[in-house]
Amino acid sequence: MSILWFFILIPVLTITGILFTKDGRSARVVAASGMLVQLILSVVLLFMYYAQRHAGNTAEMLFLSDYSWFPSLNIRFTTGVDGIAVSMILLTSTVVFAGIFASWEMENLAREFFISLITLATGVFGFFISIDLFTMFLFYELAVIPMYLLIGIWGSGPKEYSAMKLTLMLMGGSALLLVGLLGIYFNSTLENGQHTFNLLQIAELQLPVGVQRYFFPFTFVGFGVLGALFPLHTWSPDGHASAPTAVSMLHAGVLMKLGGYGCFRVAMYLMPTAANEMAWIFIILTTVSVVYGAFGAIWQKDLKYINAYSSVSHCGLVIFALLMMNKTSMNGAVIQMISHGLMTALFFALIGMIYGRTHTRMINEMGGLMKVIPFLSVAYVIAGLASLGLPGLSGFVAEMTVFAGAFQHPDTFHRIATIVVTTSIVVTAVYILRVVGVLLLGPLKNDHFEHLRDARWYERLSAGTLLVAIAGIGIAPLWLSNLIGGSLGPYVTRLAGAITGLNF
Amino acid sequence: MNYSYTIWIPLVPLLVFLFTGLAGSRFKPMISGLIGTTGLLVSFLLSLVTAWKFFFVSGLSGGAYSTIIAARTTWLQLTDYLKIDLGVMLDPISVMMLVVITTVSLMVHIYSLGYMKGERGFERFYSFLSLFTFSMLGLVVATNIFQMYIFWELVGVSSYLLIGFYYERPSAVAASKKAFIVTRFADLGFLIGILLLSFYTKTFDFAELTNPQSPVFTTITSTSFMGLSVITWAMLLIFMGGAGKSAMFPLHIWLPDAMEGPTPVSALIHAATMVVAGVYLVARMFPVYIAYTPGALTVIAWVGGFTSLFAAAIACTQFDIKRVLAYSTLSQIGYMMLALGVSGYEGEHGLGYMASMFHLFTHAMFKALLFLGAGSVIHAVHSNFMNEMGGLRKYLPVTHLTFLVACLAISGIPPFAGFFSKDEILVAAWQHNRLLFSMEYLVAGLTAFYMFRLYFGIFWNKTPHYHHTPHESPLTMTLPLVFLALGSAFTGFIPFGSFISADHRPFEPEMHLNIAIPSVLIALAGIFIAFILYRKENPVVARFINILGSFHKVVYNKFYIDEVYLFVTKRILFNLVSRPVAWFDRHIVDGTMNGIARVISFTSEKIKGLQSGQLQHYALAFVSGAIILVLIVLYNLS
Repeated sequence: MSILWFFILIPVLTITGILFTKDGRSARVVAASGMLVQLILSVVLLFMYYAQRHAGNTAEMLFLSDYSWFPSLNIRFTTGVDGIAVSMILLTSTVVFAGIFASWEMENLAREFFISLITLATGVFGFFISIDLFTMFLFYELAVIPMYLLIGIWGSGPKEYSAMKLTLMLMGGSALLLVGLLGIYFNSTLENGQHTFNLLQIAELQLPVGVQRYFFPFTFVGFGVLGALFPLHTWSPDGHASAPTAVSMLHAGVLMKLGGYGCFRVAMYLMPTAANEMAWIFIILTTVSVVYGAFGAIWQKDLKYINAYSSVSHCGLVIFALLMMNKTSMNGAVIQMISHGLMTALFFALIGMIYGRTHTRMINEMGGLMKVIPFLSVAYVIAGLASLGLPGLSGFVAEMTVFAGAFQHPDTFHRIATIVVTTSIVVTAVYILRVVGVLLLGPLKNDHFEHLRDARWYERLSAGTLLVAIAGIGIAPLWLSNLIGGSLGPYVTRLAGAITGLNF
Repeated sequence: MNYSYTIWIPLVPLLVFLFTGLAGSRFKPMISGLIGTTGLLVSFLLSLVTAWKFFFVSGLSGGAYSTIIAARTTWLQLTDYLKIDLGVMLDPISVMMLVVITTVSLMVHIYSLGYMKGERGFERFYSFLSLFTFSMLGLVVATNIFQMYIFWELVGVSSYLLIGFYYERPSAVAASKKAFIVTRFADLGFLIGILLLSFYTKTFDFAELTNPQSPVFTTITSTSFMGLSVITWAMLLIFMGGAGKSAMFPLHIWLPDAMEGPTPVSALIHAATMVVAGVYLVARMFPVYIAYTPGALTVIAWVGGFTSLFAAAIACTQFDIKRVLAYSTLSQIGYMMLALGVSGYEGEHGLGYMASMFHLFTHAMFKALLFLGAGSVIHAVHSNFMNEMGGLRKYLPVTHLTFLVACLAISGIPPFAGFFSKDEILVAAWQHNRLLFSMEYLVAGLTAFYMFRLYFGIFWNKTPHYHHTPHESPLTMTLPLVFLALGSAFTGFIPFGSFISADHRPFEPEMHLNIAIPSVLIALAGIFIAFILYRKENPVVARFINILGSFHKVVYNKFYIDEVYLFVTKRILFNLVSRPVAWFDRHIVDGTMNGIARVISFTSEKIKGLQSGQLQHYALAFVSGAIILVLIVLYNLS
């Protein structure tokens, strides 16, 4: 039994535990304990991973285990992790842990809420540990579907519309993805005549270039929808605006990362030639989305819309960095995923906490909150500073790694795209400081807010966890960068190797 | 010689920041103030020890001061060859900056114990001050250009926090936002410059970047883009960062607004230390500028020269005493930039470089003094406007005398400090470019005029009716004034050439009486005019302004540069870019998605009748189909 199985087992046990509880109060305690164990387990995994690497294990994936569960189609439950997956697992467990505490006061159908939330988390964990494409897809769907219920039942505003829109658009992505995955499957035949879904085996088989050209766009766009690839991002503002706090946190913090992660682990890794050929299209799209999202955010008044557009911008940077296809930029892409995951989760948590007090998310209806709720306000400012890339917080590390990587391309096309993308650091500063100025600073605008209560202990715990993680990465980034960078070798080699095989 | 202790110079303020920031509100506010001041005293003493050891104990080796890496650790590995280190590098200018920063910062810490007493957020103020001091110290001891960028951003944010200290005041919020965004825009240039430079040189390290003989420069000088070599682009972009932080025209607009911050902050950040970071940056990269991009240096000289004249003209028309000082700061930093721009490298030719650093040093003393003095005045009369002041020499004797010393120093009257440093800048300009030189002569006259306009306006002139009788500030405030006044009076006698020079080799600058005497006369003339116009209430002033008419109005409104910026940001970026983007996203991109959904649901609405579940319909369709098929078959058969 591999340690990785526990990442599925613990959430499942937690869900079972919640089923036995009688009310929301005990349900949340069970949920929190389960996720605390999960968080500790992720740290244990990190150290076990280090131990293995120190012992000289240079395999691409560690803790491999293989279990056949649908022999006739050769679908297997194959699990294994590299440094990138480990870091994503750490991110997920941190965000889920914080998310439970952010929804501590959930009253309406609390047990069902926590069950759905943890089901979603199970899907995400399963996705990150899988290396069988089918299993991966299965977990991916497992993560997307509870979203519909979570928004539709516990959401606010036009929740049915948003839930439907989000689910349908993501399902549309899944449909493309399924075509891509099946295409890959039927074109990778092992020596014994069976097809395979195993990532590592497919990689060794080298898909023919013609096949790559067909199925790369399906796979890449399919994952890209979840990664808010322009112009398929519009589920994000509406979805987030209607979603309950913890769902927004998990969704923007973790689920959107599945998109970027899948883009490179599946699409780019298995189809490097097509990735190189078609990169320019997506570089243009992501360059647009980085700047476009940032400008879009300037004009919004709803806090959640602002953050949703900001996510479009930041997630655009992830895919942009992946497409720069060198070790530095891809490392930056993964750090950006983690950094964005943490800070956007923090943003959504704080927005939820502020909304819970003021019952509005419109920044022009609030003002001067710093004076009445200092803890939440300071946390919001720090999240904002992380988002605009202040050194000492995680955003800076991610952005600088991406920019330095992207700058390694001396040709004009890449250079211009990179410079356009770097301008986002200014535009981001504009919308962040605008929000901070209008929402938190200045005189208190509404007298009713004078007696708002500052953060309770569970809110402090939720925000504090994320703040510590953001500052931790920002102050000492080397361990993370090495953890990720150590596993990028095969990707860079394959992608670079594919260029020489190109004939233009 | 062991210098590893020097990491504590920046680290002590960092620890103080963390402590007062996280736990400060649990104690009495004064505890935070005292902890902050004590921490800074430690840094100050360590800096003095370091300066003494560096210049006198280690001293010259082979005729030059060496560069010492006191500490270094890798912070982030970017590519195989590019890595970001954090560390401490000691060379003449960084050691000098340590002394300047810790001195002024210590004075400001002590002063604020009195000035900020009883303010809400006293402990927050001290924690931000420590954060700023930490960042600024980290900036000057940077071992590589990326470390400099990191701390560059950190000083930017500390400045943001301190300008917006009175966060309930909308003007302070707006000013802090403006300062951050304008400097961020400039930093974008800085960042792109660094990335360009490092892409070709494969290093961030100053050890290689500031050594023109280093082989790293071969590719970058031979690659060109749009008619200029890439290194020129890179160095100009880097200068853009420096121009933003040092508020050079046209990126100067944030500095006057930054006066919304508490006055001690203006003294520390917006006069003595942070705003000279741009000058420091150019000085740090000076070997590259001089060796490879003399064109960029010419740009720097003209930007500096123009800013000094432009700002001096505005300073003559303002009434808010802090704004006068802010424009004066712009003007003086313009001097420093100009001096770097006209400097050579070796020996005597490096006069401009030395003069620039010298002026940075003396300016830190007298400008901090001016701001703290202004703070003392504001503290006494509760107003920023000089037309609500007058006759204060009777009430504030210490402030009055120290302010006078500072005014004499900045006007370049011997033997005060400003005279020596300014004189050397003028000599360097004379040797390089006569037009710039004559501009600076004019600026010297304007400087003396607006400073004494301020001085007479505050301390002489008509005494208005004060609601409370103004009284002298407490000892915590006057003590720093006296200390800085001593600095402004005597630091001019430091033989700066023996310590600081472009090539780290000491030299003996000569006194050029033919330049010094006219400049003193021009300054005296400026003082004299101010004396006539402002010592007593004088109707000539109003008449004079009337004669100047619209010209005065344009200058008083700061040449409408702010309005231009407002137009570009509000009208163009917000209304013509951001708003359409938001609309486009909601209506076109999302509209398409909704449209697809609508088409699908419309179609399904139309065809859902087919699946009615009524047997008759199915039977009818079945029979009709069968008949049609039969007819087709029959038709084909025949």
